[in-house]
Amino acid sequence: MSFKTTCLAAVAALALMCGSVQAQTLRYANQGELKSLDPYTVNETTTNAHLGHPYEGLTARGRDLKIEPALAEKWEISPDGLKWRLFLRKNVKFHDGSDFTADDVLFSADRVRAPGSNFTTRIPTDAKFVKVDDYTVDVVLTSPNPILNAQWDTWYIMSRKWAEANNAVAPTPAAATSPSFASLNANGTGPFKIESHQPGVKTVFKVNENWWKKPEHNIKEIIFTPIASDATRVAALLSGEVDVIEPVPIQDIQRVNGAGNAQVLTGPELRTIFLGMDQTRDELLESSVKGKNPFKDIKVRKAFYQAIDIETIKSRVMRNLSTPSALMIAPELFPQTDFPRPKFDVNESKKLLTEAGYPNGFEIGMDCPNDRYVNDGTICQAVVGMLARAGIKVNLNAQPKGQFFAKVLKSGGYKTSFYLLGWTPGTFDSHNVLNDILGCRDVAGSSRGESNLGNYCNKQLDALSDKVLVESDTAKRDAMIKEAYKLAYDEFGYIPLHQQALAWGVSKKVKLTQRADNSVLLYYATKE
Amino acid sequence: MSLTTPPVAASRWARFRDSDILASFLKSKVTMAAAFVVLMLFVGAAFSPWLAPTNPFDPASVFLSDSMIPPAWQDGGDPRFILGTDDQGRDLYSAILYGMRVSLIVGGLGCLLAAVIGITLGLLAGYLGGRVDSIIMRIADVQLTFPAILIALLIDGVVRGLFKNASREDTAIYVLVVSIGLSFWVQYARTIRGSTLVERNKDYVMAARLVGLPAPLIMLRHVLPNVIGPVLVILTINLGLAVITEATLSFLGVGLPPTQPSLGTLISIGNRYLFSGDWWIVAFPGVTLAALVLAVNLLGDWLRDALNPRLR
Amino acid sequence: MLAFILRRLFQSLIVMLSVALIAFAMFRFVGDPVNQIVSLDTPAEQVRQIRQSLGLDDPFLVQFARYIYNAARLEFGVSYQFRLPVISLLGERAPATLELAFCSALFSLLVGIPMGVYTALNRDSWLAKLFQAISLIGISLPTFLIGILLIYLFSVTLGWLPSFGRGDVVKIGSWWTTGLLTVSGLKALILPSITLGLFQMTLIMRLVRAEMLEVLRADYIKFARARGLTTRAVHFGHALKNTLVPVITIAGLQLGSIIAFAIITETVFQWPGMGQLFLRSVQNVDIPIMAAYLMLISFLFVSINLMVDLLYAMVDPRLRATVGAH
Repeated sequence: MSFKTTCLAAVAALALMCGSVQAQTLRYANQGELKSLDPYTVNETTTNAHLGHPYEGLTARGRDLKIEPALAEKWEISPDGLKWRLFLRKNVKFHDGSDFTADDVLFSADRVRAPGSNFTTRIPTDAKFVKVDDYTVDVVLTSPNPILNAQWDTWYIMSRKWAEANNAVAPTPAAATSPSFASLNANGTGPFKIESHQPGVKTVFKVNENWWKKPEHNIKEIIFTPIASDATRVAALLSGEVDVIEPVPIQDIQRVNGAGNAQVLTGPELRTIFLGMDQTRDELLESSVKGKNPFKDIKVRKAFYQAIDIETIKSRVMRNLSTPSALMIAPELFPQTDFPRPKFDVNESKKLLTEAGYPNGFEIGMDCPNDRYVNDGTICQAVVGMLARAGIKVNLNAQPKGQFFAKVLKSGGYKTSFYLLGWTPGTFDSHNVLNDILGCRDVAGSSRGESNLGNYCNKQLDALSDKVLVESDTAKRDAMIKEAYKLAYDEFGYIPLHQQALAWGVSKKVKLTQRADNSVLLYYATKE
Repeated sequence: MSLTTPPVAASRWARFRDSDILASFLKSKVTMAAAFVVLMLFVGAAFSPWLAPTNPFDPASVFLSDSMIPPAWQDGGDPRFILGTDDQGRDLYSAILYGMRVSLIVGGLGCLLAAVIGITLGLLAGYLGGRVDSIIMRIADVQLTFPAILIALLIDGVVRGLFKNASREDTAIYVLVVSIGLSFWVQYARTIRGSTLVERNKDYVMAARLVGLPAPLIMLRHVLPNVIGPVLVILTINLGLAVITEATLSFLGVGLPPTQPSLGTLISIGNRYLFSGDWWIVAFPGVTLAALVLAVNLLGDWLRDALNPRLR
Repeated sequence: MLAFILRRLFQSLIVMLSVALIAFAMFRFVGDPVNQIVSLDTPAEQVRQIRQSLGLDDPFLVQFARYIYNAARLEFGVSYQFRLPVISLLGERAPATLELAFCSALFSLLVGIPMGVYTALNRDSWLAKLFQAISLIGISLPTFLIGILLIYLFSVTLGWLPSFGRGDVVKIGSWWTTGLLTVSGLKALILPSITLGLFQMTLIMRLVRAEMLEVLRADYIKFARARGLTTRAVHFGHALKNTLVPVITIAGLQLGSIIAFAIITETVFQWPGMGQLFLRSVQNVDIPIMAAYLMLISFLFVSINLMVDLLYAMVDPRLRATVGAH
């Protein structure tokens, strides 16, 4: 070996060392904050993704969102569908060194359904968890539930011993007067430990060397900072102060891609953005039409639908980063092949309105958030312009999400006539959409239709939805789901707009998998 | 009776005519330029429906397919839109003219409201003194605690509670006027109170009191004309500040609705497109706003120097 | 004098109570906090329980009385979004805001005073006019736009200064953190301080200029000149000294408003201070944080006002007399 090659080798080794030292820290900025480390208090995609680093569920969802074994190695369902047997993974340790056993699963099952938890829907209330041995648990149900484990990837398993020792047995209730240990500390089994956590300011994650799984990442440390302002977040990525940001405002994608040191990962998100119409009141709250509700007339709903030029919204507002949709669910979750969008046609809209008895159109109020979904305020404004050309004068009330939700949700008395909303089924399954968004609201005490703000209602659809819940034959189930969607589609119960796009800004040094549910999971990241 | 007639008020116009205020105005080129700019902008705002080629507030005449067109002289520009279009396809030139009108109405009415509240309370505090004074000044303290954004939120909420079915498009402008009025009055009140404290011990006020004139009359007819000078200066400077406050509130999402954009709303919309190269959406409204505020402030400066006899 | 102090203290207490009352009345309208606590698919029954457990169903005055009772014991409750005591959240963020406020005040004084003096002494020079024009830009554009333009120039284009955050901080004592002792901390302070201080700088510059012009016309300056003192001695020994008293007073009073108006700057620069926390709380309807922040700011204002009043009273017995006489 000549002197020259030795030198080169040394330089290369040094460069490699420097490189690998650099690569150990990944700096990540998100629009949202990591508020509490208690995995049962804030049910929101970003928080769930953050907590997916220190914590793990019995199941996980892979890069393609398919359910995978995690803390449960496998599970078996009894023929009658009433008993699920879970086989837990052995030799898994929590970050504090204690073993993961069936006791922790039972404890977590109780805690997640305790008052103060926002994840009570993860497990049916009547499901019983029975310990068979240290690594086997039976789940006993009163009715079959083929999608029982659909949301278990974000039902994170906590250590019973740790919770009991630190007075964190119950989820921190909203009315708590003293801080909960679990909201400032975490003890999971996941790939990263919490090194420090300053709520809303900065959270540092350190790699868990004793993780049971072989890591696919090469990250030693994650520094997470929330950056709420869009411009500042983009600036931080462009100047190289952070490696990953979520989201990139879609208008800045070109700028980021052109900057040379970063690129934007884009893809369709599972969230469907749609317009809803109050179809339940006899007179709309905010409209010039008195004594009757125009939205009860299918012609009016169709006229609204056909007045909206979704392709122009796609090209101009969403910069081609949206997928126009005719269903209330994303194509990734249910195929849309037989559901073409009714054609955009203003003249047809005008004709329909005339037929419905509104030749000169009418006036209506519209509620819209302006800081919740991608370009939500701009979309609403575009809708106002498009409806204006069909003769409908829309008074737009675009406001921050706090006030918007306070007005339109159930707690606010559904005070809206016409609104924009987005929905991702938490279970990634159609039943959630059929029940929460398309179900009738009128049965007292039932949670059906609670997010169906305009109360589109079809009893036939409800009946199908009930059957879908307990059907375990996939083909039959899908047929029923399709039939249900068809009902809403034919009646123009909603005006689906599009699936919005995901846009993550990622430094060229980082490779990262983008999951369609918008969870930024840095254990899929590698950094040069 | 000559004692009770405030000597200054009677001769105010005469003093203006004879003084060299006019002369100092004609002497300063900067002031004249500022006055010209202000005049142009006011005329532009007042006659916007006639000067603007399109009506940006009419959603039916705005086409989304026209959005994001650069200024006419740039590649991809469109001669229909001299300064380009915004994210909704509104002609920016028209939007600026209309927006300036909204901004000036909001800012002007807001400042006027602030001045009325401030002058009234300042006069009362300064003239009556004692407990009234303490109470008013403590209210001023409370007021200073609330940043304008909070006041806007508060009033916005109250309006929403009171007029449940009113659209935001109808109420936003009043909410902003009242918010600005309530955020800005303290300065007027403090200034007026200070000068009133001085004036009330002067001979002509004493005399008016001896004659038995009622206090409100003395305050309005005799004290007010003598303490109003500085208010004009504050008013000009605050007009600029009010327009900026309105812009900031738009940035925070509690300003005017984007369907009826003010200059501030246009800036906060354009702000989103700063990095993407669509600079014109923020640049033109921004330059207009800066020109307006700068010119108004220069006029205010000149007015202050001109009204201060010792500086002449 | 003691009676005066007591009276002012009592008044201050009333001020704080009114702030609390107004703040409380306001919170009923800013949105429903429960919506921020639960998620969209939380069952209605549970929402009702949470509302009850937070006491949000109680009459307004009951809620208010309960709040005041707790606040008197320095218990400001627990943040709805963070589930942590408000007092520790604010305490954690106070150093960031105070340091930023201090630096921007310093910036506005160090730049504003010399510029004011220069423009007063050389009223007709072109440089003075330029200074005046430049200073006006600070109040001609909204703060958020100035901040973003500075970020664009110094962080993205030139890459000199960080675009967000405080950099590395050093812990002093049990809770104070400072960015003044590290290079990255100092660099991080520059842009936000300028953004926040620009408005105050303009104010101070104009104030100094106006005061200077007044003082230069005063008789004692004329005497000083007549006595044959050098221009330099007259300007800086006499004129500036007399100008600074009102300037310092105003600057002191402005310190409170700098802190209150740091909200926008902190939001643009993701500065982990109280203002940013407050704005996020407004967006998330986190009533305990909003209430406590307002109480804190009003306390700050009230104490600064009180101090200024007391100082004046000590200096000028006539004021004391008028206040006491009624």
